[in-house]
Amino acid sequence: MDIYRENILDHYRNPRNNGNINNPDASEVGFNPLCGDRIKIQVKVEGGKLQDIQFKAQGCAVSIATASMLSEYAQGMSLDNLRKLSKDDILELVGISLSPTRLKCALLSLKTLQRAVKKLQKGG
Amino acid sequence: MADFPLLNTTIKDKRIVYLDSTATALKPQIVLDAMDRYYREYSANVFRGLYDISERATAEFEKAREKIAKFIGAAISREVIFARNASEALNLVASTWGKENIKKNDVVVTTIMEHHSNFVPWQQLTAEKGAILKVVGLDLDYKLDEAELLSAVKEAKLLALTHISNVLGTINPIRSLIKKIRKINSDIVIVVDGAQSVPHIPVNVRALDCDFFAFSGHKMLGPTGIGVLWGKLKYLKQMSPYMYGGEMIKQVYLTKSTFQEPPLKFEAGTPDIAGAIGLGAAVDYLNSIGMDNVRKYEEELTELALLKLSKLPNIKIYGPKKASSRCGVVAFNLFNKDKVLIHPHDVAQVLNEDNVCVRSGHHCAMPLHDNLNVVATTRASFYIYNTKRDVDALVLGLKKVIDIFS
Repeated sequence: MDIYRENILDHYRNPRNNGNINNPDASEVGFNPLCGDRIKIQVKVEGGKLQDIQFKAQGCAVSIATASMLSEYAQGMSLDNLRKLSKDDILELVGISLSPTRLKCALLSLKTLQRAVKKLQKGG
Repeated sequence: MADFPLLNTTIKDKRIVYLDSTATALKPQIVLDAMDRYYREYSANVFRGLYDISERATAEFEKAREKIAKFIGAAISREVIFARNASEALNLVASTWGKENIKKNDVVVTTIMEHHSNFVPWQQLTAEKGAILKVVGLDLDYKLDEAELLSAVKEAKLLALTHISNVLGTINPIRSLIKKIRKINSDIVIVVDGAQSVPHIPVNVRALDCDFFAFSGHKMLGPTGIGVLWGKLKYLKQMSPYMYGGEMIKQVYLTKSTFQEPPLKFEAGTPDIAGAIGLGAAVDYLNSIGMDNVRKYEEELTELALLKLSKLPNIKIYGPKKASSRCGVVAFNLFNKDKVLIHPHDVAQVLNEDNVCVRSGHHCAMPLHDNLNVVATTRASFYIYNTKRDVDALVLGLKKVIDIFS
């Protein structure tokens, strides 16, 4: 069963960067009404780069595993590069093919993270 | 089984275990044939042409209306209005009778187990009018809290109530409830959502004594795009049209128009002729089995499913305990050994690997899921083409889910 490969299940069972940041530079909540997935992402930024990303999520395995993988992948990334991340980058990152419905679960963390950063840049 | 072409197909060389009939039912060959015949042999418009194929289209269209009327125990076929689906039928009542009669501070009663289509129209109407929406809750066995209902309807102008819950499967005892309600409030207008009852249990709208009754064709083996609003003629005559256009007018002048009598008054534009004919064929098919037999078969299957599912570790099944109080709809959630919810989308996805088709989500009943305090459920539902083998396939698939996520 491709979608529940061992590394996806590993990230689902033991999500990385699964916590809170004290005094985050930005914090954003994302919600997927279709499945009730909910994610809160917090970031610390220094010199235009992501210094720390932490998230807390409720949801399906796909949404949590993707958030975990993204949180590892995006550590240290410049905000400009983060803004450019797309659906294809996420699919490559998780390495599975997803139906349009499940794609929404997989993209929730990226969209939320990009919103957080956008807010930060607007505010700052 | 052989009557349903889709069940003869395979995906990934495996048969399809279709357990989502509450969303939409599969179509038997005779429904497809009836629609095909219309499109191939007499696809003319209705009520217009004086030529043979148009006369035939009109006759078949009206014959379908008569079959449906008889099927639900309507006194006359004029009380059967074709709509797109149950949602449109319910919106029709809210937009016509509702808009004309619900005033500021009036009370409208509905329940927590409604599908959004029998909840949101009343929520929006009461908000617009400054009226009050009362929502009746559940008892501990996931049935309607009858005492709360009977108290809520006392001063109410309208009650909007589902016959069968599309999540819990609860069969509301509509007939006895309405009898009690009419004694408490003789003026109340009662709208019943029959989308889940007409396909699965015998229904007689006169015996129920409701005022409006709505259902969809596609959940009862018919095509998508056709549904029915049944209403008592006295109300249908009072109500304004829902939409304006062709077919529904008598006379049009530059400054005014007059309208047809029901049902045409509510059927503006060319109707779904093939859909109505297809639904008529679905009624023939259900009649050939007999609705008592449909109910009996599904009750047995539901009982078996409840028994087998309840043996799985850490499963929570929502809905009345006894199969006799519920329809063939079983919503549930699985939890891992740490009591953490295995998300219904993951459950459905794993089941899909073996072509076991279930629904996961809130099933268009968000207030109910909030009330149950869950974000989503997995729902398996049964119809006449399902078998014990399908129940076994479901249970086997769920064991796989438990293996993967525990």
